[in-house]
Amino acid sequence: MTLESKIPSGPIEKKWDTHQFNMKLVNPANKRKYTIIVVGTGLAGASAAASLAELGYNVLAFSYHESARRAHSIAAQGGINAPKNYPNDGDSIWRLFYDTVKGGDYRAREANVYRLAQVSNSIIDQCVAQGVPFARDYAGYLDNRSFGGAQVSRTFYARGQTGQQLLLGAYSALCRQMDTGKVKFFDRREMLDLVVVDGQARGIVCRNLKTGAIESYAGNAVVLATGGYGNVFYLSTNAKASNGTAVWRAYKRGALFGNPCFTQIHPTCIPVSGDYQSKLTLMSESLRNDGRIWVPKNKGDKRPPNEIPESERDYYLERLYPSFGNLVPRDVASRRAKEMCDQGRGVGSSGQAVYLDFADALKRLGRAEIVEKYGNLFDMYHEITAEDPYVVPMRIYPAVHYTMGGLWVDYNLMSTIPGLYIIGEANFSDHGANRLGASALMQGLADGYFILPYTIGDYLASAKFPAVGTDAPAFKEVERGIEEMTKKLLSIKGKKVVDDFHKELAKIMWDYVGMGRNKAGLQKALETIPKIREEFWRNVSVTGAGNELNNELEKAGRVADYLELAELMALDALHREESCGGHFREECQTEEGEALRNDNQFCYVAAWEFAGVGKASVLRKEPLAFEYVKPSQRSYK
Amino acid sequence: MDFTLKIWRQQNASDSGKFVGYPVKNISPDASILETMDILNNELVRKGEDPVAFDHDCREGICGSCGLVINGRAHGPGRGAATCEVRMRIFKDGSTITIEPWRAKAFPIIKDLVVDRTALDRIMQAGGYISAKTGGVPDGNAIPIPRHIAEEAMDAAACIGCGACVAACPNSSAMLFVSAKVSQLALLPQGKPERRERVMRMTAQMDKEGFGNCSNTYACEAECPKKISVLHIARLNREYLRATVA
Repeated sequence: MTLESKIPSGPIEKKWDTHQFNMKLVNPANKRKYTIIVVGTGLAGASAAASLAELGYNVLAFSYHESARRAHSIAAQGGINAPKNYPNDGDSIWRLFYDTVKGGDYRAREANVYRLAQVSNSIIDQCVAQGVPFARDYAGYLDNRSFGGAQVSRTFYARGQTGQQLLLGAYSALCRQMDTGKVKFFDRREMLDLVVVDGQARGIVCRNLKTGAIESYAGNAVVLATGGYGNVFYLSTNAKASNGTAVWRAYKRGALFGNPCFTQIHPTCIPVSGDYQSKLTLMSESLRNDGRIWVPKNKGDKRPPNEIPESERDYYLERLYPSFGNLVPRDVASRRAKEMCDQGRGVGSSGQAVYLDFADALKRLGRAEIVEKYGNLFDMYHEITAEDPYVVPMRIYPAVHYTMGGLWVDYNLMSTIPGLYIIGEANFSDHGANRLGASALMQGLADGYFILPYTIGDYLASAKFPAVGTDAPAFKEVERGIEEMTKKLLSIKGKKVVDDFHKELAKIMWDYVGMGRNKAGLQKALETIPKIREEFWRNVSVTGAGNELNNELEKAGRVADYLELAELMALDALHREESCGGHFREECQTEEGEALRNDNQFCYVAAWEFAGVGKASVLRKEPLAFEYVKPSQRSYK
Repeated sequence: MDFTLKIWRQQNASDSGKFVGYPVKNISPDASILETMDILNNELVRKGEDPVAFDHDCREGICGSCGLVINGRAHGPGRGAATCEVRMRIFKDGSTITIEPWRAKAFPIIKDLVVDRTALDRIMQAGGYISAKTGGVPDGNAIPIPRHIAEEAMDAAACIGCGACVAACPNSSAMLFVSAKVSQLALLPQGKPERRERVMRMTAQMDKEGFGNCSNTYACEAECPKKISVLHIARLNREYLRATVA
């Protein structure tokens, strides 16, 4: 299989315009003859479903939640980037493009990133029109703040709830289309497989989570907007239900998986406090605008923070990176925090934390302004830890947050299966090896509002569609497969619960496929994961029945997939013998401990092809060319 | 800490349901109530018993999925927090904690503590939006919006749609929920063109779903995890009146 990225020719700033003109259109009267299945209704899915319906397509939208408003996009806190240059600080499309390619450590496709930067301004306009209450200054104009990896203020925000407000905006557009009947929304449905007929993606099979019924839906194209797979690590900032099942099962049907090992570990999360813990809570990156990160200079200094004098504190990010300071990109900030803790200078009872201190900001800005900017985050911290961050510095530690990897897509956001589109976090495309803060909301909405609605029309106008209904043999066969899997899971009646296996897997992943990776560790992970998987299928206990609401069964299916996906992540991490962005191979670092890329050997997208469970996936490469932003050692000094 | 969780168990919508007590032991005071239920559920599964079904997702108080009546209070004792943010340290060691689902005619029980809140979505579909199509909108800074207006709209927009207001209300009224959206969009210049039709349609749908009316008990505001003010209900009433006389 050769990977065709389908990047249009011509200068980078003209590619998208040229491509839009060259793509075939579907006549307005013909659009109603096509049905598009959209799986997942977070930012990417809801915006896509609404925009496609506005164009006149029939849309079937699916969510495992009761409502689109519950998707995990809702939890994004800090903001969304757009180079409006309202603050007059020298921002431009070109600068956002440059920052994103550099921030991704030169492992993203230039043409995609440029297009993302280009359409991002329209997103802000769109959201304002929908009534998203972005923060404004005293003149009534939109306000901006700074985020990591950029030296301009280009982040638009709605308090610490930007994701919520943007999702509610997309959700409102979706509601409007549900009101018109152009979108048919299926709540509490989990996609369990993709149906491919004559090489085209033609439908999905899902489980109705309320009744347990296995249901099939057919259409002309399938769009997966199902988010990332960070929950493979059990503890992450992802919501509990966020999972990799839809993309993984599409992968097993022939879609290639791009850069599965590129995982983002977010530097500012509330540290783990006990075994009972079910998830980790993010403290928005925006806090690094005013908070200062430090650890004691001396190892094992157990004094309370206020008793450690200024001269015995190490504001290590400010020391190591004077020009970006506390606002270095996430991968760098996370790695340095780990390094400090590994040196024995971590704080808190576990020693696995660093301070994020607002004392200076409180002095400089006053409590009222801090309350206004970060009040809800401070409250959340207080609620969880029972410590008051207005008095005591926050303790933070990195946690799994986002997956840059995902199903491989071409410039049109189509996977290697014709008619299967992947948008938002579920695809691998725009962030390379590290995503910059406030860029996930940007990418999800760019894909959904402004890219997919154009590119999917080109496919629909060019492809031939033999009549396929849900009674076709392909659907029946897939349904049978799912029923068998359900039966199998319920019949094992083993001794361990689903969470036991998930936590066991998570430990391997965090220790060996986490923030620091090395050859021996990855090999150990590759030996261990299949053993856990084997035991799962022999010794898991899933109670209840298939034909009812059954949370354990839902979890079991997801963990079964993680037990396969984890192996691919380790394999990808092992093969990539370089450090780039969030992928840090301990063998490959500069003398100063920065990620050391190997552009001669690894300047490509690793796209993996399924070869069977337990069999090594086949590596396909899409070479990356950097014509506009020349790869260099990333420096934030 | 040790507790007895007295939990409402109901197999499905047609089952009559009952309370069942479950002891849980050695719980960390820092654990959340949902994490305590995770522990209980894993114990139940190990014994081959059916775990307790409950809705939850983000576990940081923003998705609005979780919603339990704890010791008679929607989202438990304390103010301004969703169920997932309730930590065990606030309960007395050794106490019995009563856990029930949202109870309202418009929220039928699916199983145990899981209720169907899609009625709220249907209200949103009845005009809880601005009809702005993708593309073709003006620059974000084209219409300056006074800061205090934007902030007030944001106060209303913070609603997470959990339904606690309905569960807390003696009339099972959804007025706080509806008013949060009506108020947000009526405050903003972008929302003004459709304000009349919006308030009429949304309130009509609210009635149709079987939610009750407001009798000013303010229980909704007291239990709202986002502390949405009943002043928005006042604005809803004003919008409604304005729409009927205009």
